[in-house]
Amino acid sequence: MRSSGVAAMLLASVVTTTPALAQQQQPSVPLIAQGCAGCHGQNGAGQGATPPIAGTSRDEFIKIWAAFRANERPATIMNRIARGYTDAEVAALADHFAARR
Amino acid sequence: MTILTRRRFTALASALAGASVLSPHVVRAQTRPRLVIIGGGFGGASAARFARLQFPQVDVTLIEPKTTFVTCPYGNLVLEGARTLPQISHSYDRLKARGVNLVHDWADAIDPATRTIRLRGGTALSYDKLILSPGIAIRWGALAGYDEAAAEVFPHAWVPGSGEQTTLLRRQLEALPDGGVFGMAIPANPFRCPPGPYERISMVASYLKKHKPRAKILALDAKEAFSKQNLFQDAWTELYPGLIEWVPSNRDGRVVRVDPREKVLETEFGTRHRVDVANVIPPQSAAKIAIDAGLANETGWVPVNPRTFEATRAQHIHVIGDANVGQPMPKSGYIANSTSKQAVASAVALLEGREPPASPVYFNTCYSHVADDYGISVVGVFRPGETGFVETPNSGGVSPRGPLAERREQRRLEALYADAWYASIVEDAFG
Ligand SMILES: Cc1cc2nc3c(=O)[nH]c(=O)nc-3n(C[C@H](O)[C@H](O)[C@H](O)COP(=O)(O)OP(=O)(O)OC[C@H]3O[C@@H](n4cnc5c(N)ncnc54)[C@H](O)[C@@H]3O)c2cc1C
Ligand code: HEC
Repeated sequence: MRSSGVAAMLLASVVTTTPALAQQQQPSVPLIAQGCAGCHGQNGAGQGATPPIAGTSRDEFIKIWAAFRANERPATIMNRIARGYTDAEVAALADHFAARR
Repeated sequence: MTILTRRRFTALASALAGASVLSPHVVRAQTRPRLVIIGGGFGGASAARFARLQFPQVDVTLIEPKTTFVTCPYGNLVLEGARTLPQISHSYDRLKARGVNLVHDWADAIDPATRTIRLRGGTALSYDKLILSPGIAIRWGALAGYDEAAAEVFPHAWVPGSGEQTTLLRRQLEALPDGGVFGMAIPANPFRCPPGPYERISMVASYLKKHKPRAKILALDAKEAFSKQNLFQDAWTELYPGLIEWVPSNRDGRVVRVDPREKVLETEFGTRHRVDVANVIPPQSAAKIAIDAGLANETGWVPVNPRTFEATRAQHIHVIGDANVGQPMPKSGYIANSTSKQAVASAVALLEGREPPASPVYFNTCYSHVADDYGISVVGVFRPGETGFVETPNSGGVSPRGPLAERREQRRLEALYADAWYASIVEDAFG
C-alpha cells in the first residue's frame, strides 16, 4: 500500500481526471457494481449506517458522483472511491442502480 | 505426500478421467459443468455465492473442512472486548440453501493434469474449473523458535481456525499484570492484512488503557513503514501516550528468534526483550495445498493472470485471495471478495468458450478501529495491467489526517461505516 504522503499528493493534484488505463475498454456491469456490495448491502439496498443507493435516478446519481469527485459533497470515503472510476463506468453504474429497487 | 499415496491417487485420477466410471467413492456423474471451489473463507464463500446467483447453468461445490467460519476481520475487536467470538462466526447453511454443494473435508491434493482433487476422507472429485482460495500457511520455523508448540505460548491469532488462537491471546491479555509488557513481532511484506498488526496494537492499547493503564506494548517490526502509518501514529500519540513503543527494523525492530520458555523476543542485533505476553505474527506463504500442487513460485505465492486469476502454472485453476501474488493489491478480505467475482465469471466464460469479462475493477477498502468511535480507512481501486495489477491513478488513499478535535465526526462515522462494511461483506460471502 502506498504511503499516505504520496496519497495526499495524488489527491491534491487532480480531481476529476479519468484514468486513461481504464478508458481503453468498455466497462462491464453488473461486475463493477459488485464492488459496491461490500458496503452498500445487496443490490445497493443500504446496510446499517451506509445509505441505500438503489433506485437513485440516473441524473441524480451522476450529479452526486461528480460532487464526490470534486469534494463538493460531504463524504468520509466516497470522494476517494469516486475518483477511481471513469465517466463511462459511472454512467453504467448509474443505469444499474437506477434499475434496482 | 508419500510415493505410495501419490501412486494410488494417480491411479484413481486416471480412472476418473477415463469417462463415466461409476465407483462408490466417486461423487455422482454430473450433467452440468462442474465448478469446484477449495476454501470457504472470504474468497471461496464469495465465489460460491456469486456463482450460484449468476450462473445457474453450472454445478457449484465448495470444499471446506470447518462447519463454522470465524473471520479474521473484527478479531482484534474480540481481543479488545468489544465483540465476542460468536458475533464473528458464520455458518454455511445459507450457502447450502442456495444450492451450493458443501463438502466438509480437506482437499489434500490437486492433480491439474486429470482435473481431480483428492479429499482427506478418501474420495476423489473431478472439476471442469477450479477456484482455489485456501488462504495462507504459516511458515513454521522461518522465524527461529516459532513452531506449533511455540504458538501455544506466543499465539499468532492470524489464522482463526475455530477461534482458539484469538481466545488464547484474549485470555493472556486478561491475565497480564498491570505494569506488564505485551510484546509483538510483526513480519516483513507481503503478509495477510497490511494494517492488521496496527489495528491490533490499537485495540490492545484500548483494552490496556481501560483495564491496565500501567502496562505497555512493545511492537517489534521487520519493516520501517506500514499501512496508514501517520493516521495510526497520530492516534497513538493522542489517545495512548506512553503506552505504545513501536520499533522499526532500522532501529533493531526485526525479531529473528523467539524463546517461549524464557518469554523472550530476540532482535537482529542480539537484543533480548523480555515480555509477559507476546503475539507473534509469523512469516507466511500461500496455503499448503497451493504449494503442493506446484502453483507457487519461489516467493511462496501463486502468480496468476491478472484478468482471469488463472494460475500461471496450471490451466483451469483460478487462484484468488491471500494465496496469489496480488501486489500492489493488499491481502484483504475485500480483495478476496471482489476478485472472486471476476475469477468466477472468467472461469464460466472460458468453460463456455466465451471471452472473460473485459476491464474489471478490483476494489478494496480496509477499515481499522483505533479506539471506541474511532475508525480510519484506506481505499484502493485496481485494474489488471500487462503482467500484474495496477492501482488506478489519482484515486483511493487514506482518511484525512488531523487532530481528533477537528476530525471527531469523520472518525466516529468511519467506525460506524466499518461496522456496516463488516455486515455487508459477510452477507455478500455467507448470506
Ligand atoms: C487480525 C486480522 C484482521 C483483518 N481485518 C481485515 C479487514 O478489516 N478487512 C479485510 O478486508 N481483511 C481483513 N483481514 C484479512 C482477511 O482475513 C484475509 O485477507 C481473507 O480472509 C483472505 O481470504 P481467503 O479466501 O484468501 O482466505 P481465508 O479467508 O483464510 O479462507 C481460506 C479457507 O480455506 C480453507 N482451506 C485451506 N486449505 C484447505 C484445503 N486444503 N482444503 C479445504 N479447505 C482449505 C480454510 O479452512 C479457510 O476457511 C484481516 C486479517 C487479520 C489476520
Ligand atoms: C467502503 C464502503 C463503501 C463502498 C465500497 C462504496 N460506498 Fe458509496 N457510500 C459509502 C458511504 C460511507 C457513503 C456516505 C458518504 C460518505 O461518508 O462518504 C456512501 C454514499 C454513496 C452515495 C450517496 C448516497 C446518498 O444518498 O447520499 C452513492 C450514490 C454511492 N455511495 C454509490 C456507491 C457506488 C456506486 C459504489 C460502488 C462503485 C459505492 N458507493 C461503494 C460507503 C461505500
